[in-house]
Amino acid sequence: MYRKCKPLLPIIAFVVLSALQPGGLTAFAQGPGPGQRIPLPPIPVKGDTTHTLSKHFTTAATAKKAPDDKGFIQRWLVLEPVKKDIVRNNIFTDNYLRTTFLADNFSSDYTTVPKDGETVKVGNQELKWYALDSKAFNVNLYHFTYAINKPKYGILVWLVTVIDCPEEIQNVRMAAGCNSGSMWWLNGQEALMLSGDRDMIADNGTSARLTLKKGRNIIRGAVINGPGMANFCVRFLDENGSPVKNISIRYQ
Amino acid sequence: MNITGLTTLLVLLITQTLTAQIGRPFIHDPSTVAECDGKYYTFGTGGGGLISNDGWTWHGGGVRPGGGAAPDVIKIGDRYLVIYGATGGAGNHKGAILTMWNKTLDPKSPDFKYSEPVVVATSDGYEENDAIDPGVLLDPTTGRLWLTYGTYFGYTRLIELDPKTGKLKAGNKPVDVAIVCEASTLVYRDGWYYLLATHGSCCDGANSTYNVVVGRSKKITGPYVDNVGRSMLEGGGKLVVATRGSLIGPGHFGHIILEKGVEKMSLHYEADLEQGGRSVLGILPVIWKDGWPVAGEKFKEDTYEIESVRRGYGLELAVDFTRMAVGPRGFGQPNNDPIKPVQAQQLADVQKNWPTGPITLRIGDYMSRPHQKWTITDAPDTTGYLGGPYYKIVLAGTDRALAATTDAEVLTVPAFTGAPEQLWRIDQLTDGTYRIMPKIVPNSGKKLALVSSGDSTPTLAEFDFNSDNSKWNFRAAH
Repeated sequence: MYRKCKPLLPIIAFVVLSALQPGGLTAFAQGPGPGQRIPLPPIPVKGDTTHTLSKHFTTAATAKKAPDDKGFIQRWLVLEPVKKDIVRNNIFTDNYLRTTFLADNFSSDYTTVPKDGETVKVGNQELKWYALDSKAFNVNLYHFTYAINKPKYGILVWLVTVIDCPEEIQNVRMAAGCNSGSMWWLNGQEALMLSGDRDMIADNGTSARLTLKKGRNIIRGAVINGPGMANFCVRFLDENGSPVKNISIRYQ
Repeated sequence: MNITGLTTLLVLLITQTLTAQIGRPFIHDPSTVAECDGKYYTFGTGGGGLISNDGWTWHGGGVRPGGGAAPDVIKIGDRYLVIYGATGGAGNHKGAILTMWNKTLDPKSPDFKYSEPVVVATSDGYEENDAIDPGVLLDPTTGRLWLTYGTYFGYTRLIELDPKTGKLKAGNKPVDVAIVCEASTLVYRDGWYYLLATHGSCCDGANSTYNVVVGRSKKITGPYVDNVGRSMLEGGGKLVVATRGSLIGPGHFGHIILEKGVEKMSLHYEADLEQGGRSVLGILPVIWKDGWPVAGEKFKEDTYEIESVRRGYGLELAVDFTRMAVGPRGFGQPNNDPIKPVQAQQLADVQKNWPTGPITLRIGDYMSRPHQKWTITDAPDTTGYLGGPYYKIVLAGTDRALAATTDAEVLTVPAFTGAPEQLWRIDQLTDGTYRIMPKIVPNSGKKLALVSSGDSTPTLAEFDFNSDNSKWNFRAAH
């Protein structure tokens, strides 16, 4: 029952629900009572907890990379998170996303491709770009922010990648899933919005039919999340719904 | 519309409100409803739980120590294994799953005593898992005991427990089976393992988007794949149950097999708008459609044709068929008369010819006639059964009620009296059809159902899910 709530929310909900009824906890259930709760046993740390990117990412090489065997795009330029004060994720309406992504933007040129290691300003925050390959089909931005020791919750993360097509591919759809809200642009045009409190589900939303140009195509993305793990996955599907895999990915 | 019509409409509107359970069914993250010595129990977050004598009216009183959150319960042999998460989703994602035994779930029983809880899984606050929300399956094919746990913080994991001790099986290592979901549990059916889990947001009252989804696998360890081929490790899942009416945000699925063909799911709704937005216990039928579980419907009060699945005939009073005064208009001959609607046969047109005492029943060609339409409403009776109240079944527009007889037959009596043989249990079956059972058969301890004996003869007999004789459908008849 955790869900992407503030950690206190389940407790608050429990207390409020209990208080709402005569008899309080008696009707809700028998409360644990003072001192009844068993303290957590000692839980040893099971793995590497250092702040390092190499656990979940590799530094992107300059050579082109193919998508994974299901067509997911694992190479991205990822900007350090823009810190946002977000209490809960169901505030991500269409209007909220448009307004926020417009206001907290590093560039209004949606075809610009930042350089790895470059810093940009968003508001008064100086943020750095990282060129990364995710080791998984998805890009877990919680892992990213943990690795660089930046805020993990209440964040907006900008993303850019470059798709090389050996030939024009018509009638493809950009397919994405994210936690929690996001917008995606292809070659400067808005392609897809995922509003609301979403879970990172493959192909959760798909764009209208698009054309991938022969040569260089630029994807811009923005993912926003309050509590919980920020996360996303993106691929292209052909007109039959199959993953587009005859493309390559680079960050320059 | 006259006053009677308006009253009827208002009554229908009021009674059409979906009800989860009655009494004080307030709970969050309920364990799978378990039966113990004729009573039903479910435990929730925070400790304690709900008890019901009949499965319909619930009240507090369950006792589960340990606090924490989102327990589950399973009966193994003559003992109950209670499993719970110690934290309920702490901000640091450190958590532990504990198990403990009890010989009974009845806190008033002298045998009621929990064993010391033992830890079977933990999360250290760094790994991609939060050890809460356990769900258990005793594999009917192997006798092995499996437990899934986890929440949106990373993966849902599978471990194996020792069904004799409730402890983690020696040497067992967790296996990731799903991502970005919580409140998972496993179900086995016909060679498939099903992983059910809750997606969406909780703990936000009427704004919670909780919903239950499912994937399936031939292997207990997965991969669990949904109806479009998407793994639950990619967020996949086919919808089982979502918000319905004023019952918002179902989650924490639990599977209950009552008997062959009669299965239920227990869950909670994040908010019942009819009950001040409180989180409430819900119980719904489980339907299996094309190899996938989906929530059925709590029976809705209305006026219906009661159709026998055996032949498709409708249940009717055994009275003379009265012809309508609409003769054949001729076929293939020019007819330029104005086309006007013809009024359906009215109750008043035929009722005067019926006996005033008990009238027997038969099953016949459904012709949308007054002797074939049945109004089914929640009976003025406080008792029920797992997931529903007893219903009153009367011929539409009358108080003539369906009743079981001492010789295990059915007939109608002129007026509904509320006698138990006039109260009917209606369960949606796993194939989507319905079972109809009297609360009692007078002078009989037998549990019988309404069945078709031959195409045209209704009677009471043992329910047999393998026979269409035992199954009925309800079709709106207005």
